[in-house]
Amino acid sequence: MTLFLMALGMLLTTVVLLGIAGFLVFAERRVLGLLQNRHGPNRLGPFGIGQALADALKLMSKENFVPAFADSVLYRAAPVLVAFSALASFAVVPLDRGFSWAGNWDIGLLFILAMSSLNAYGVFLGGWASGSKFALLGAVRAVAQLVSYELPLGLALLAVVLLSGSLSLNGIVQAQWVPYIVLQPVGFVIFLIAGVAETHRLPFDLPEAESELVAGFNTEYGGMRFGYFFLGEYLGLTLIAVLTAALYLGGWHGPWLPGWIWMLIKTFAVIFGFFWLRASLPRPRYDQLMLLGWKVLLPLSLFNLLCTASTAALWRLG
Amino acid sequence: MSAYRSFVQLGLGLWTTLRQIGRGASTISYPEEALKLPPRWRGRPALTRDPDGDERCVACQLCSAVCPTRCIELQAGEREDERRYPVSFRINFSRCIYCGFCEEACPTLAIQLLDEFAFSTEHHQDFIYEKEALLIDGTGKHPHYNFYRHAGVALHDKDKGQGSNESPPVNGRSNLP
Repeated sequence: MTLFLMALGMLLTTVVLLGIAGFLVFAERRVLGLLQNRHGPNRLGPFGIGQALADALKLMSKENFVPAFADSVLYRAAPVLVAFSALASFAVVPLDRGFSWAGNWDIGLLFILAMSSLNAYGVFLGGWASGSKFALLGAVRAVAQLVSYELPLGLALLAVVLLSGSLSLNGIVQAQWVPYIVLQPVGFVIFLIAGVAETHRLPFDLPEAESELVAGFNTEYGGMRFGYFFLGEYLGLTLIAVLTAALYLGGWHGPWLPGWIWMLIKTFAVIFGFFWLRASLPRPRYDQLMLLGWKVLLPLSLFNLLCTASTAALWRLG
Repeated sequence: MSAYRSFVQLGLGLWTTLRQIGRGASTISYPEEALKLPPRWRGRPALTRDPDGDERCVACQLCSAVCPTRCIELQAGEREDERRYPVSFRINFSRCIYCGFCEEACPTLAIQLLDEFAFSTEHHQDFIYEKEALLIDGTGKHPHYNFYRHAGVALHDKDKGQGSNESPPVNGRSNLP
């Protein structure tokens, strides 16, 4: 019975997360419209909220097409891998005190990093298996970008782990007597930049880069397979936002309101920030992106880790 | 130093986009909201009538001749009161480019480009508009102009020189020095 309830709960979680991802697609278009002096989708339902449903229906009604020149097994596997890795990461994210699937897991943060690497595999395989030049170029970019931004991301997270003494997300949030953005301002900025690059969203959407590479790694995809990539991208965006809220903005801590509402408010504020970034910034050149990753963010995150570690050591001694 | 400056630039850029929130949209929801067309908008050509309600067109063929896509076709006829009129008048709107040359060429201000621009059909044949569809009841952009009251031509109810802004014809022989 418990097993059945658990399975039902997991299904429900997945459906809710997919719903949130679909809603975010719509919300992003509305927010971009707001920031760019235009309307955005406003046809279906109040404020056009049915747009997400219409998009989903359209994608589902398309033919499941596999190009003749594609590696059909990998071509089919890649979108599932992307969506799966993004969904699985949410298992360790706590929404409130004791309100998560595996928030107390000792290696929660490590699991999230592992899943984001798996996500990179999904993107790369998608581009590789498509057998098209544009998709391959997008995939090459995706791998180079994700590899070079995973390092600063991990190092910034390491400083958080050093402060809280825990790798589980519950432990980290509980250890925050003050939001870590106060103690780790540099780490926060590094995490945010690397997070945007991890989810390959604008301004770091070079793997997709529709003005140069058609649609980058998902050029040859259509229908619901493309939909999986799309959902994976927006789930990744939600994941980075919820991680930012949990690791740097104090998680569920906050006055008056219940914890999970605080968590949602913080998450959606960060998501709005991502939309805002997309509306404001142009896409950098590829070499500029790599330069920022290896020559600026990596030394900076190492320095940040060093400072945090030495301060913590001095604290303990003194 | 340059890193500091780029952060300032980044902040300025973000602030510029955030400021747009209060401004509202500069685009309009087209089918519900009407477009504000400029006064000289060139839409679908129509045949107008003069203030007395008679059709203005005198079937001079100038619009048909000037049309760069050759989309106007008409046949001339004469009424019992000696006024010329088009027996048939056809415009093929799947060829019309809305250049307005016909309007410029028209000596009687009959053909005028009005502000209708959104019309569609399923077949090309349905884009050939006949005279009944082209002739409108109003005077278009020139509410007071009546060609026959200005032009120096004789008509059944008026002689030469009896129009408005017109002096009687001069007798050439009496004018000699």
